[in-house]
Amino acid sequence: MVPAHFTRRREFLAGCRDELPILLGVAPFGMIYGLLALSAGLSPGTAQAMSSVVFAGSAQFIAAQLIREASPAGVIVLTVLVVNLRHALYSASMAPHLRALRPSWKAGLAYLLTDEAYAVAITRYLRDAGRSEVSPYRHWYVFGAGITLWTAWQWSTAVGIFVGARVPASWSLDFTLALTFIAIVVPTLKDRAGAAAALTAGALAVAAHRLPFKLGLPLAAVAGVVVGLALSARASAARAEGSP
Amino acid sequence: MIAGSWWPALVAAGLVTYLIRLSFIALLGRFELPPLAAQALRFVPPAVLSAIIFPELVLKGGELALGWRNPRLLAGLVAALVAWRTRNVLLTIAVGMAALWGLQALLGG
Repeated sequence: MVPAHFTRRREFLAGCRDELPILLGVAPFGMIYGLLALSAGLSPGTAQAMSSVVFAGSAQFIAAQLIREASPAGVIVLTVLVVNLRHALYSASMAPHLRALRPSWKAGLAYLLTDEAYAVAITRYLRDAGRSEVSPYRHWYVFGAGITLWTAWQWSTAVGIFVGARVPASWSLDFTLALTFIAIVVPTLKDRAGAAAALTAGALAVAAHRLPFKLGLPLAAVAGVVVGLALSARASAARAEGSP
Repeated sequence: MIAGSWWPALVAAGLVTYLIRLSFIALLGRFELPPLAAQALRFVPPAVLSAIIFPELVLKGGELALGWRNPRLLAGLVAALVAWRTRNVLLTIAVGMAALWGLQALLGG
């Protein structure tokens, strides 16, 4: 018997509400993406469709950049794969909570599993962890959070495309892409391993920019990851030696 | 460029993204990510993003341009400083664009 105060509607609305503050940060990116996609040479329809077909902010920015450079399809798909691998972590972390759902629910919620929806959804499950009585409709909460983000992403993309179509190329708005990535990367460089990964990948990408098929980007990224892993393994080995 | 020629790549990219998100949810959490893979994922964002940023800043028409006459390099360094001090994404973009426009006006492109 499900207690009367647990309803699908209440869960859904709570999920929508908890996602709202995050939209403040997401909406400007949707707009910048829309602007950029146009300056990269995508048609308005393709730019808008990418927001629902790929539906992953940073991967869309990167795909737009690769399209601007006329990269081959294989490199675009490979790079998106590398960039979105982190979602496997979210999938693994949500899996135990969604275990009992019907396959159609799993399929739908997986589509909505972005960084921002995951952050809100997993917080809910962690909050419930110590409670004796939990709602059986928590998947409606995940759905509410996910669909709110999805709707905001589509609308902000559309606004960016609308504005972007009216901005001349001399404004160099394509540079906002590099700036967005600088803003994301710089604060994450907290240790030597991360900084070394970034510097290695950056320097190699410059050195390898003449490689055919734009292969320089995925190669440089993989080399950066390997250097980061090697340095963090060395650092943890040194810590283990230093401890009594 | 033929309209719609990017469709196969975008559909494939979307499918790959979806399958990654579905992976463990569909597999019922029966197995976990190996620790080495989880650790490697930590380095993916700085590596991929830097591999995009660096060429944007230091290459000008396919040639290395490390001097002070390269407005994108200087504006990028200013933006990196703002990002480091404030951790504010929108402020970083705003200051970086303002710096680029100012430098382009000063240096004439």
